[in-house]
Amino acid sequence: MAVAGYADPATGHAPVQDFEMVEAPVRAFAIATVFWGVVGFLAGVVIASQLAWPLLNLDLEWTTFGRLRPVHTSAVIFAFGGNAMLCTSLYVVQRTCRARLFGGEDMGWFLFWGYQFFIVTAALGYVLGVTQGKEYAEPEWYVDLFLTVVWVAYLVAFGGTILRRQEPHIYVANWFYLAFIITVAMLHLVNNAALPVGGGVGKSYIAWSGVQDAMIQWWYGHNAVGFFLTAGFLGMMYYFIPKQAERPVYSYRLSIVHFWTLIFLYIWAGPHHLHYTALPDWAQTLGMVFSVMLWMPSWGGMINGLMTLSGAWDKLRTNPALRFSVTAVGFYAMATFEGPVMSIKAVNSLSHYTDWTIGHVHSGALGWNGFITFGAMYYLFPKLWKKTGLYSEKLVSWHFWLATLGIVFYITAMWVSGIMQGLMWRAYDELGFLQYSFVETVAAMHPYYVIRMLGGLLYLSGALIMVYNLWMTVRSEALAEAAPAAQPAFAAAAAE
Amino acid sequence: MFRFLRDHGIIERNLILMGVLTLITVSIGGLVQIVPLFTMETTIERVEGVRPYTPLELTGRDIYVREGCYTCHSQMVRPFRDEAERYGNYSLAAESMYDHPFQWGSKRTGPDLARLGGKYSDDWHAAHLRSPRAVVPESVMPPYAFLDRPLDTGSIAARMKAQQALGTPYTDEMIANAAADLEAQARPDADAAGFSGRYARARQGSFDGNAKEVTEMDALVAYLQMLGTLVQFRDVTTDQVRQQ
Repeated sequence: MAVAGYADPATGHAPVQDFEMVEAPVRAFAIATVFWGVVGFLAGVVIASQLAWPLLNLDLEWTTFGRLRPVHTSAVIFAFGGNAMLCTSLYVVQRTCRARLFGGEDMGWFLFWGYQFFIVTAALGYVLGVTQGKEYAEPEWYVDLFLTVVWVAYLVAFGGTILRRQEPHIYVANWFYLAFIITVAMLHLVNNAALPVGGGVGKSYIAWSGVQDAMIQWWYGHNAVGFFLTAGFLGMMYYFIPKQAERPVYSYRLSIVHFWTLIFLYIWAGPHHLHYTALPDWAQTLGMVFSVMLWMPSWGGMINGLMTLSGAWDKLRTNPALRFSVTAVGFYAMATFEGPVMSIKAVNSLSHYTDWTIGHVHSGALGWNGFITFGAMYYLFPKLWKKTGLYSEKLVSWHFWLATLGIVFYITAMWVSGIMQGLMWRAYDELGFLQYSFVETVAAMHPYYVIRMLGGLLYLSGALIMVYNLWMTVRSEALAEAAPAAQPAFAAAAAE
Repeated sequence: MFRFLRDHGIIERNLILMGVLTLITVSIGGLVQIVPLFTMETTIERVEGVRPYTPLELTGRDIYVREGCYTCHSQMVRPFRDEAERYGNYSLAAESMYDHPFQWGSKRTGPDLARLGGKYSDDWHAAHLRSPRAVVPESVMPPYAFLDRPLDTGSIAARMKAQQALGTPYTDEMIANAAADLEAQARPDADAAGFSGRYARARQGSFDGNAKEVTEMDALVAYLQMLGTLVQFRDVTTDQVRQQ
């Protein structure tokens, strides 16, 4: 059968009811995605500069690297990535289910303002020194509780829309979005279990301690990657690449295998962040074995995405937005190959604690998450603002090449600095003493930190070009669609 | 082949079924990896000497967490020759058993701190924190001169009570004396008899070089100076550190 969701009106199901989609909050999410993207990239350039030139810590407590680093990571993962997920999932679920968002406009606006409020309170907290001290889970307990409320509403809105669907099948993109919402809820609740100190102090202590806390943290942390930055974004891939290529998903069976194997295996990979630590060996070994196995579903999904372009590869020349989406899948392939390699204990003994890890994360974050989101935004803005196309395809190309060059600068600098520092730490002189003091290895990083900062600056410049291009697209009257019909495609389908 | 793939339509048509199956699928890995760490007694090594933090060390640790020191410093020495030479004995799970949250870290932009205690003088730490490049010219660490401000000691008993509720073995006596013990540790001339009895191997000192006032700097240096000093590795047997 055909992949569900690309429903063919000829299947003989009950005639589709006409309905009005919720779009205004989706537009707001699209703007927020772009806005927080720029904020997050800028924060990244700032903290990268601080590592190259420590004077930029400015002698103020609010602008030290230690406080700004969570601002960067939260801004790109939860603000940029999170808004992109909310934006695209609410857009996709209404179209692939042919149903209005459960809860309507009010639900959409609650999710929008609730999520932005979460981001702002979290970020203000970091700058003021309010943190739980767990990577990627820094917000304190009251921010966590608030996010839980928003997240439950998100699950209700998303699930409720699926329940109202006029399609017999739930489309594959929605499986991934659903797994993302459910799993992130589970991870968030367990990892953030904490006891507030009380007495007017915002501080809390995490319920877990030591080795158990380490395991729970990286069970959470790795699956923030696995479900926030992978499963959710794969949902994006499964909708926007077929749409832009105007081809159905390459293989329906591969989608099924991809989905279940990916979500089963990812959860086990956390301990590879704890190799050679005080975590018992059996857990480290499990983490390594499952991380290596994870290579298979990752590449299965990558093949499913890329092969969707079969017969439509020429579109890469004419559609620069599709170029972003497809290159994203290429970076996904690269990052998901590098990851299993780095999870092997012998490799990890060198790479862990070095910039190699930072480079690995950024080939995934800048190349995969960033590019697939840019591709989706270039597709969505004209759709959401009823325009016939983008203001300038040429500027999309500029964005593409600046960003690609930026990534190349970034990850090559981090490969060199990471491997070099790892080797320097374990180098011995001819008498059998350690050859380098620690601070000599810090000094050796300087040129690479400068190159990394330049890479980030290129990536940020590309994003600013995107902002200009999307702004001009929204404002352009020449690009306005002729027919004011709200849902021309569905209305036409229903009328047939 | 792969008959189940044809039956997948049943799941695709039922949101609740799909959601429940997803939840089961993503729960398995975590259950297998996390639950045994709480139930297997060998996870934490049976070594002696690890005690809860003194009130001053605990507030220092809270400052360490607040400032995000873990973004650049690990507290986990791995069992490699070079790390043993650079930092000392590899870290045990027992050494962080009272750490809420753990601070093992994931990046060494700066060196590992798990065995920092006693390697440098208090004066070195205070000077280095105030102006890292005055002491280590190649350092890229931010300056922390702002820590020379009065320490907020009002919530120390509440903090220890929360830790006690989470399983840290603070006695009621320790909590009752929290504020006094905090002061006693930071003032070298204070009577430390009770304090020393409650916290083994805790050192009294004017950690920031100024005995008049208890500052955030005092607390942070007191914490840094006890890191990795509690377990006496000369007395540890292989049987005590065996994990399963």
